[in-house]
Amino acid sequence: MRTETIDALTAHARANPDIMLLTADLGYSVLERFAEALPAQYANVGVCEQAMVGIAAGLALSGHRVVLYSIANFPTLRCLEQLRNDVCYHALPVTVIAVGGGLAYGAQGYTHHGVEDLGIMAALPHMAVACPADPHEAVELLPQLLERRLPAYLRLGRSGEPVLHDAATPVTLERAIWLRRGADVAMLATGPILGRALAAAEALAARGISASVASFPGIRPLDEEAVREAGRTHRAVLTIEEHSVSGGLGTRVAETLLAAGLSPRFGKYGVTDALRGQIGSQSWLLDRLGPVEDHAAALL
Amino acid sequence: MTPNRIDTRALARRLRAHAIRMTHLARASHVGSCLSMADIMAVLHGAVLKLDPTRPDWPERDRLVVSKGHAAAIVYAALAELGFLPVAELDTYSADGGRLSGHVTRTVPGVELSTGSLGHGLPVAAGMALAAQRYGAAWRSFCIVSDGELDEGSNWEAIQFAQQFRLENLVLVVDYNKIQSFGRVSEVSELHPLPEKFRAFNWGVHELDGHDHDALLAALSGPPPLPGRPTAIVAHTVKGKGVSFMEDQLAWHYRSADAAQLAAALAEVEAGR
Repeated sequence: MRTETIDALTAHARANPDIMLLTADLGYSVLERFAEALPAQYANVGVCEQAMVGIAAGLALSGHRVVLYSIANFPTLRCLEQLRNDVCYHALPVTVIAVGGGLAYGAQGYTHHGVEDLGIMAALPHMAVACPADPHEAVELLPQLLERRLPAYLRLGRSGEPVLHDAATPVTLERAIWLRRGADVAMLATGPILGRALAAAEALAARGISASVASFPGIRPLDEEAVREAGRTHRAVLTIEEHSVSGGLGTRVAETLLAAGLSPRFGKYGVTDALRGQIGSQSWLLDRLGPVEDHAAALL
Repeated sequence: MTPNRIDTRALARRLRAHAIRMTHLARASHVGSCLSMADIMAVLHGAVLKLDPTRPDWPERDRLVVSKGHAAAIVYAALAELGFLPVAELDTYSADGGRLSGHVTRTVPGVELSTGSLGHGLPVAAGMALAAQRYGAAWRSFCIVSDGELDEGSNWEAIQFAQQFRLENLVLVVDYNKIQSFGRVSEVSELHPLPEKFRAFNWGVHELDGHDHDALLAALSGPPPLPGRPTAIVAHTVKGKGVSFMEDQLAWHYRSADAAQLAAALAEVEAGR
């Protein structure tokens, strides 16, 4: 997903010389092609995320659109106040790309688990928050974020994420994508964990449970109408995300349902405190949360 | 637009008077921080910065980022003296519903960056300098930091970055008044030897009396002391400078003048001691 996204960025930046890419000394085997193709639009600022965000703000205040690249929590939490004050307070066109979102760097330990980013980024003014499920969503979302000319956060996985959509599927930040329609439970997912939601729907069908599956490429803005539709037309709603169960998609879906006076049976599948301190591959860690289909079935 | 060579010493007196009056009216803190940098602001705005008050967003203007955003009163005063906003508006400093907030805000014409949390200005000023370098533009990027603010690690990230990227168009002024918010710099987090620190980071350095207009003008408008590298001006200053009972006093980081103190302070400033 990261390579496809940077290739898309390179193409977009080639046509838009106001775009600059900054990295805080990460991107080995990913950013080289951009750096070689567009050296005037690229800078490795060193291992200094706070300064990187400030530098980005200075560039943006001087006419550039700036893309920041780093991994996990480094371009978000490490420099949160710079994002808040320098970028968001000034409503600047700065797009933060974090790779290794969620538990992609699972074996590297909790420092590298990006599992609070979506909620924290979505709390910042002007900030759009995108969490693509596959390379197709990622490359479709990137230009949309750049063209907003406002703060944006793009959370990517790592590499090798399977393609879940066909290439003709329209992807927009503002709209959920229904991949499967059922009647009993709506599973609302964001990010590559969508693959587990689709597999769970198959498993539920074998148990005689009819499930819908939707992908939410955007956490903010959230497709609230899709959430309301899910709540109106299903007995249960389960949110699925590779993120803390607090503050992310589940929280935003819950508040949308509540505001609409809808009260389906509701559950959140996501990272809990039980995972903190555990190490292992992404799939091993997610397995610790139990099968998605069991969470869905338990709601019915 | 080349700056008019106005009398910077007279301008400094007016800036001091504005800041004292504004903080008095608003019962606001930080007057000592304002007076400390009054001469730096006067020389910058009176004789150095290329600005156009009729076009605050003029692309070729010099940039000034005041990272010590708590010294907002004197920033607004300088901009008002240049014509970016009405001088009468200064009386609305920190007032309900006004636009002159207690930490500098970009919604005020002429302010380049909203600041207030320390350690934010220099990275942004460095980004502005990088933009000018990439554009091949002639404008320069200036940043004023307090001494206590240099405790923030983000500054040193930017100091390191600026030398690596050869940001010759970046000028940092340290308002080195030796008092930070809860004590003397020497007692809280010693910066001495500060010029040597910058030299060790491959910056060119001027060390001067931050109340000496001739020295400030020469340093701010002359060639960089280390060609191809950013410049740090370590400006030795006195907190509260210009008002005897405010000078070198931590308390005037927080207090504002009462009516009697206002009259006494303004008289001292007018006398130009």
